[in-house]
Amino acid sequence: MKAQRFIIFLILAASILFPLKAEAKRRLVKVDGSSTVFPITEAVAEEFQAAKRGKVMVTVGISGTGGGFKKFCRGETDVSDASRPIKPTEVELCRKNGIEYIELPVAYDGIAVVVNPGNNWVDYLTVKELKKIWEPSAQGRVTKWNQIRPEWPDKEIHLYGPGVDSGTYDYFTEAIVGKEGASRGDFTASEDDNVLVQGVSTDPLALGFFGFAYYEENRDKLKLVPIDDGNDSNGKGPILPTPETVNNGTYQPLSRPLFIYVNKKAAKRPEVRDFVRFYLREGRELVREVGYIPLPDKAYELALKRFEKGITGSVFAGKGSQVGVRIEDLLKIEE
Amino acid sequence: MRDLKERVFVALSLAATLAGILFLSILIIDVVMDGASRLSWDFLTSFPSRRPGKAGILSPLVGSAWIMILTALFSFPVGVGAGIYLEEYAGKNRFTWLIEVNIANLAGVPSIIYGLLGLGLFVRALALERSVLSGALTLTLLVLPIIIMSTREALRTVPFSIREASYALGATRWQTIIRQVLPAALPGILTGTILAMSRAVGETAPLITIGALTYIAFLPTWPITFTGSFPFVEFSLQGLFDPFTVLPIQIFNWVSRPQKGFYTNAAAAIIVLLIFTILLNSLAIYLRYRYQKRMRW
Repeated sequence: MKAQRFIIFLILAASILFPLKAEAKRRLVKVDGSSTVFPITEAVAEEFQAAKRGKVMVTVGISGTGGGFKKFCRGETDVSDASRPIKPTEVELCRKNGIEYIELPVAYDGIAVVVNPGNNWVDYLTVKELKKIWEPSAQGRVTKWNQIRPEWPDKEIHLYGPGVDSGTYDYFTEAIVGKEGASRGDFTASEDDNVLVQGVSTDPLALGFFGFAYYEENRDKLKLVPIDDGNDSNGKGPILPTPETVNNGTYQPLSRPLFIYVNKKAAKRPEVRDFVRFYLREGRELVREVGYIPLPDKAYELALKRFEKGITGSVFAGKGSQVGVRIEDLLKIEE
Repeated sequence: MRDLKERVFVALSLAATLAGILFLSILIIDVVMDGASRLSWDFLTSFPSRRPGKAGILSPLVGSAWIMILTALFSFPVGVGAGIYLEEYAGKNRFTWLIEVNIANLAGVPSIIYGLLGLGLFVRALALERSVLSGALTLTLLVLPIIIMSTREALRTVPFSIREASYALGATRWQTIIRQVLPAALPGILTGTILAMSRAVGETAPLITIGALTYIAFLPTWPITFTGSFPFVEFSLQGLFDPFTVLPIQIFNWVSRPQKGFYTNAAAAIIVLLIFTILLNSLAIYLRYRYQKRMRW
């Protein structure tokens, strides 16, 4: 009895340790990076897998833009999601490991500036006013609405914004204050934009900013503020963020492009190549569905051309975020 | 007067007990109200999707189960072995003291540190990539100190007279441990292990650090497949090396999405995770009860 059991155990152990059949390798496209770009890539991956009838698998992680580039530049992923252009340190890391990449814009993300619906005095804000509110020296000094415009009430102003680790915060500070990561510290910060929505919608004295998608899903609880960038050449006066104004480049400077970076060597594999083509061709419908704003059609064409030609490097010359640039213009320079 | 003191004390103790239960019930009621409507067989058997109404938790649920089972397989023998060595064999010297201090410290190390260790050791140095195996090994490191400590606690509760009686009857140390001490301590060891497991099932940070995924629409390769020809079953370890995701990561991702539907999905996934934990804890209670009944000296 005991011997029998032992033999069965031996057979089981042996068959587990020495698999009889070598597993066929899955055709896999590995994507990682920004959590902002994640919903778009998830949607594209879902449709792409359906179109390929399960022959190709796509995996998507959310290590953040920086974490994603670290893995990408070690050759651990095929595609990297990024909510900002690649930075000089990351360019250097990729170069050291011999990773060449193709930079492709895939969507716009608008940053919405919002107040409580009960706020009846704010009609619009200028970039200068926003700067006055958010710059580091405003800390503890600019605390009342009438300090921004004298006709506004003598009431406290309560600020809400994304946490300092988020790409949205980086871009906002770059666009408004003029220096990435520079802002006052006395505001309510949360990494979860839903918490900010909650805060602004329940606080009559609130002023906050976050991704446009979060405004769209909570229209009834928030009041959107038009922004005047003082530059009449891209639309006169204060402009509300809408899919149109973000898409045509008039909602400036608070709309930013989102990217994918493709490993040039991996792009030679048919599954990766097909995935990127699918992304640029079919992606624009999905971008809208998950709450972001598609690029102009021309930009997708240019991006696709760029991919087919295999043009490597960043149109931002590895300088990181740039404010107020139109993506088609940048892509054209390269042509 | 003495009577009054006692009554006040009882009332305070009762309040302390109820406080925990009260907050837990509020949490559970809130989550169930948000998510119960979304719970269905489809929700459990569909892959994640961009459409909240179509999305399910198949890949994170199966991923969590894989990670759980492997972590238990790895950590139980090592943890119990270390506990037995330290409690029954090791002499009282500087070396043992050093190990003990280290284990006590490790139990308090934040979980993200284990994630970084796992990333450096398993994912990169041992080139296991971002696989189920890397995840399970990382969580094994995380729960090992807890298992070692609860094993030692459990061994200490076995009366010394049992060991003396066993020696008196001519048993060796090995026989004493394996036939007397270990069975007596087993309920305590199992309870500790399972509680450590229910901690591991809720961990997100170390798994995100080692690169567990967020969207994945396939499952790790099943270890056993049945085929049409001899020997009718095939075994495969491929699943260990497949990429994966787990429930807490999926919940975290859904909570931060703007669309309301995902919020409901997150609540439903939390219910599933809670059921998962409750099942594990009931198993701990059941095992303890069963083994305790058997114990007769």
